[in-house]
Amino acid sequence: MKADLQVPLKAESSSVGTLQAMSAVFSRDLRVAFRQRQDLLNPLLFFTMVVTLFPLGVSPEVAFLKQSGAGILWVAALLSVLLSLDHLFRHDFDDGTLEQLMLQPQPLFLLVLAKTMAHWMLTGLPLVLLTPVLGLMLHLDGNSVATLCLTLLIGTPVLSLVGAIGAALTLGLRSAGVLLSLLIIPLYIPVLIFGTGTVAAAAEGASVTGYLALLGAFLVLALTLAPFASAAALRISLSNS
Amino acid sequence: MSEPLLQAVSLECERDERVLFQNLSFSILPGTVTRVEGPNGSGKTTLLRILAGLNDAWSGELLWCGKPRDQQRESYLRNMLYLGHRPGIKPLLTPLENLRALMAGRRPLKDAALLQALAGTGLSGYENVPCRNLSAGQQRRVALARLLIADEPLWLLDEVFTAIDANGVEAIEALLQQRAEEGGAVVVTTHHDLNLPGMNRIRVGGKAER
Repeated sequence: MKADLQVPLKAESSSVGTLQAMSAVFSRDLRVAFRQRQDLLNPLLFFTMVVTLFPLGVSPEVAFLKQSGAGILWVAALLSVLLSLDHLFRHDFDDGTLEQLMLQPQPLFLLVLAKTMAHWMLTGLPLVLLTPVLGLMLHLDGNSVATLCLTLLIGTPVLSLVGAIGAALTLGLRSAGVLLSLLIIPLYIPVLIFGTGTVAAAAEGASVTGYLALLGAFLVLALTLAPFASAAALRISLSNS
Repeated sequence: MSEPLLQAVSLECERDERVLFQNLSFSILPGTVTRVEGPNGSGKTTLLRILAGLNDAWSGELLWCGKPRDQQRESYLRNMLYLGHRPGIKPLLTPLENLRALMAGRRPLKDAALLQALAGTGLSGYENVPCRNLSAGQQRRVALARLLIADEPLWLLDEVFTAIDANGVEAIEALLQQRAEEGGAVVVTTHHDLNLPGMNRIRVGGKAER
């Protein structure tokens, strides 16, 4: 039965481009998400509800809302991203697509980056787009709303990227939700502080470039380091399953 | 004589403080079908996941074409196809979309080739039905369609016969046999009574040997 090797070994040069593989992962995630639209609406609905309930629960006064509106929106955005994180790898883990993803010859951290970007497109970006409407509802002025949107635009990808590490680490656990929050919230705090700080500075008419530069630095740091950490965490989680 | 594709030297794996196997050595030669045998819970799946590179909790040596496997991860992954317990099929996508996504990172093919593979597993007419509306056996067939278009020399197949009907089982057996004749190497775990001429066996659980 020892035939000669007629099925040739494939050289590394016969590779599918990494970008091509990344875009395949990205588009599959978007496609799956659009087949399940109610899951897409969940974080948005949560975001809207928290923001609408705040004036009712605390105070509908214009002065109060003007002062704390940006904070409310940032906290609500942060929490709704946190809520959506558990799904990032969970379904793929359950149906086995994650195993197949790990066995693709492309570097895993880039494929994870593609998945995380898809997650941001589906949660972070819609939140940013909804923010102007809710900002006006909280009596924020135009300048504040614009700054707020900008900080969320830079900040929410950081939330997705950092959150992916936690989601990957807690993948093998049965009740991952609480642990995930405990792991991730401390890492979210700097982003929250500088995000809201920027809007406060803008409201006082101070310069915001320093704040934005810091937020940008967070984003660059997360973009370059978080995918490595997530990929390593995924390896550990799958190894133990 | 040909070189072994994959070689395991005194492989040892411990899980939950229980030794699943130790001193397990074997070679996977091109042109062979190898069956991993053992009772439930003896570590068949674990062995296959170790071979695939999904499980890192092992000691010993794994050689791919004579060199340590973990030093040539990319070339190994490019030449190895693993089908696990969980078929890797997204219930919300159609068989065609699933197959396209699974092949995209390895060998993108034209839709015609993918459709032909799906037809080959008896799924013609279901190409555009979401997989969650298909039966368990049909979902596994979507994953098995990859075998019809796979060009990897090494296949690691975990419980391929699960939920497959008698005709399907026969077809897969024939496919594995044909694959071995073409020079590919196949490692399978199954509880199904697979008996191909010239088949190798690896026993795990109980006494570790060979």
